[in-house]
Amino acid sequence: MEIQNRFAAAAFAAFVAVGLVAGPASAQTPRDTIVMAKQIDDIISLDPAESFEFSGSEVVANLYDRLIGYDLKDVTKLNGELAASWSVAADGMTYTFKMRPGVKFHSGNPVTAEDAAYSIQRAVVLNKSPGFILTQFGLNKDNVRDKVKATAPDTLVIVTDKPYAPTFFYYCLTAPVAAIVDAKLVQANVKDGDFGNAWLKQNSAGSGAYRLRVWRASDQYTLEANKAWFRGAPKNNRVVVRHIPETATQRLLLEKGDVDYARDLSKDDIAVLRNNPAFAIESGNKGAILYLGLNQKNPNLGKPEVREALKWLTDYDAIERNLTAGRFKTHQAFLPIGFLGAIDDKPYKFDLAKGKALLAAAGLPNGFTVTMDVRNVSPYQDIAQAIQAQWAQAGIKLELLPGDGRQTLTKYRARNHDIYIGQWGPDYQDPHTNAETFAVNIDNTDDARSKTLAWRNAWDIPAMSRTILAAVQETDPAKRRATYETVQREHQRTSPFVIMSQQIEVAVSRKNVSGFEIGPSFDNNYYHEIVKK
Amino acid sequence: MTTANDTAKRRWTRAGSASAGLARNVAATATTVAATLLGLLLVTFFIGRVVPIDPVLAAVGDRAPAEVYERVRLELGLDLPLWQQFWLYLQKALQGDFGRSVLTSNRVLDDIVRVFPATVELATLGTLVGIVFGIPMGVIAAVNRDRWPDQLVRVFGLVGYSVPVFWLGLMGLLVFYAKLGLVSGPGRLSTGFEDIVDPVTGIILLDAAMAGEWDVFGDAVGHLVLPACLLGYFSLAYISRMTRSFMLEQLRQEYVVAARVKGLSEFRVVWRHALGNAAVPLVTVVALSYANLLEGSVLTETVFAWPGLGLYITQSLLAADMNAVLGGTIVVGTVFVAINMLSDILYKLVDPRARR
Repeated sequence: MEIQNRFAAAAFAAFVAVGLVAGPASAQTPRDTIVMAKQIDDIISLDPAESFEFSGSEVVANLYDRLIGYDLKDVTKLNGELAASWSVAADGMTYTFKMRPGVKFHSGNPVTAEDAAYSIQRAVVLNKSPGFILTQFGLNKDNVRDKVKATAPDTLVIVTDKPYAPTFFYYCLTAPVAAIVDAKLVQANVKDGDFGNAWLKQNSAGSGAYRLRVWRASDQYTLEANKAWFRGAPKNNRVVVRHIPETATQRLLLEKGDVDYARDLSKDDIAVLRNNPAFAIESGNKGAILYLGLNQKNPNLGKPEVREALKWLTDYDAIERNLTAGRFKTHQAFLPIGFLGAIDDKPYKFDLAKGKALLAAAGLPNGFTVTMDVRNVSPYQDIAQAIQAQWAQAGIKLELLPGDGRQTLTKYRARNHDIYIGQWGPDYQDPHTNAETFAVNIDNTDDARSKTLAWRNAWDIPAMSRTILAAVQETDPAKRRATYETVQREHQRTSPFVIMSQQIEVAVSRKNVSGFEIGPSFDNNYYHEIVKK
Repeated sequence: MTTANDTAKRRWTRAGSASAGLARNVAATATTVAATLLGLLLVTFFIGRVVPIDPVLAAVGDRAPAEVYERVRLELGLDLPLWQQFWLYLQKALQGDFGRSVLTSNRVLDDIVRVFPATVELATLGTLVGIVFGIPMGVIAAVNRDRWPDQLVRVFGLVGYSVPVFWLGLMGLLVFYAKLGLVSGPGRLSTGFEDIVDPVTGIILLDAAMAGEWDVFGDAVGHLVLPACLLGYFSLAYISRMTRSFMLEQLRQEYVVAARVKGLSEFRVVWRHALGNAAVPLVTVVALSYANLLEGSVLTETVFAWPGLGLYITQSLLAADMNAVLGGTIVVGTVFVAINMLSDILYKLVDPRARR
């Protein structure tokens, strides 16, 4: 007995000893280093010609410069990055860019029009996921060397296949896929004619505010400041972004001071930290739109009265107030605020009587039964449950089918759903990206090549499609804007989309750091102004 | 009359039959291993192909235009019949090529080499914690059967077994990291200690010790303590329960009575003789629990942001990234088989009868 007690004591002592050896954790991040906790497991590649995920775009934006960018406060104002000036010829197809003099890549090589031409050529030839942003201007692997050319060391000329709205073309060039890479450095790392793709996945060859020091998939990336950046040295030396999958863990790290920013906190965490003076909150509008897609193959959902009824039966205010505050705000048109032609009209609010009347007019006075495919993550599940309860008041039995994101998406793309709750983020900063997906469906057959959201919901709209496709060739920006505004108002009335809200991105930081710029797109979240006091 | 020559011949024949037996044994084991791994691959492969997730979608994302989608579908060989896809995969796998992961775009083998050591490090320490605390606790419980130490150990073990690891991990972080500051937070190293030591084995403790970077070593220990203790708690719960029942069985044996009658001290009777015999089946228990931890604990790895095998396989599975899933499955399968064989060998070393 005595021996056993002694043993228990020894075991306890060992437990304590282990704790002591570990010692107190150092709870300060280095002064010149900004540390972020973020979910970064969506990054597949850091090659600008390939990267097309939210987290990857953010990294690319901080490593590379583009020819032109836009004012984050007012996206209608374009500004030059590596291009000092640009113009379009009278034919509406020949664009000329004058390069900014004296800019150097991280390697020390000067940035020339040759680099710009090579960057666009390689993105077109590789034609990875974001390649279409460039190829939609008639560029392909056979003609790109003629259509995109450096005519002088400081002059780049790009010729499109037909006249487009110049704004459309310029905004597409602000996408990460058009970022300018160091042609000499990349060419030195080409393997089997891959345009350096394998090497650029893991390395950077840019002129931007940072160079890539290390990236380990689903673990961490580290960026090192480029002191010679043409817009002035970044205000910090290093940015470390660690993959912290669990949001509660992110909050602990932030509270403890082991990270300076937590990027994916839940609505409840944000609400608590908002009232704590030790933390600061930075937020910005993002382009992602949260919506319901109503499959027109379903005979009930195909009735115009039912489509409208569902828009009246959804309680947008309650959803924002109770579920999405600080992450999404109510918005009811397909162009997010911050885009050319965006409208802020909110024609719908919860109105049970109107909804019921419309259902009765559709011959369904007692409602109907319908399913909704829901990704099994927040906020989709919560919102879907709220909608289930709201619609039930009008007799609609909504059955929720939870699934993994890629599983529900697979079903959606095969048009096998009734209702899909989803999110759509713009591919580039021009209105055409959302207009095309929400309002163009030129071939409503099951094996159509273009799987726009309108197609996925089997919404056959030849006239609206023509209007949208014509808008990208409208050279007068005012007329172009008017077209989008008109189409959106019609879309609000007739479409099988219940557009609910627009995303807001929120980053919570410790009080002593500030300066993180959250732009309207994922490819303009910038680190270079962040300072730590 | 037996000549020396005869004896030698007889010895030779016996040795011959023994080596033939050994060869047969090895062949049988190899066949079993091969069949196990093949079965594992076959089942995983077909499950992966029938799940309602489009693998092309996982590779190119939702926005890719039709041409890109089609090109990648062909690249992935998804236009071929299922059996042909499997055959191609098997041929490559036999040459050690598990293909590329869609999610990380690395070769699957490289990915596994990167994530597996993290899991090994955690699982090994976890199992050590389990052994060091679990076995004595089991013994104490058995000796004090149905008295308070036994109840205490049982409740402690039961809690370890039934409380969700996710909750326990978060609570552990909240108390020991956030409130008391006794241990470091999630991740394998603090930011200031990253990338100082070059990965040789991938096991940070070993790498740091070999490089003589004791600061890094200390930081790594600080990060390891909590998740290792947490995993250790779970294996402790299992090991202590099994130890208790093995010990109870031994303490009922006549040799225990004989030893006591002979006047041996209670310490020697319990810890030397009874535990010595209980150790034989315990080897299997410990090995199995170790193998379980080596699969990677998804929830622990998620809470502690630990870039290990469990997280890797789960993420890949959810993304229908079948090359990564299959590669990971093979590794887990191989580890299981290897540990089982190892425990067979250990069994023979520990068991006095098997040694003879």
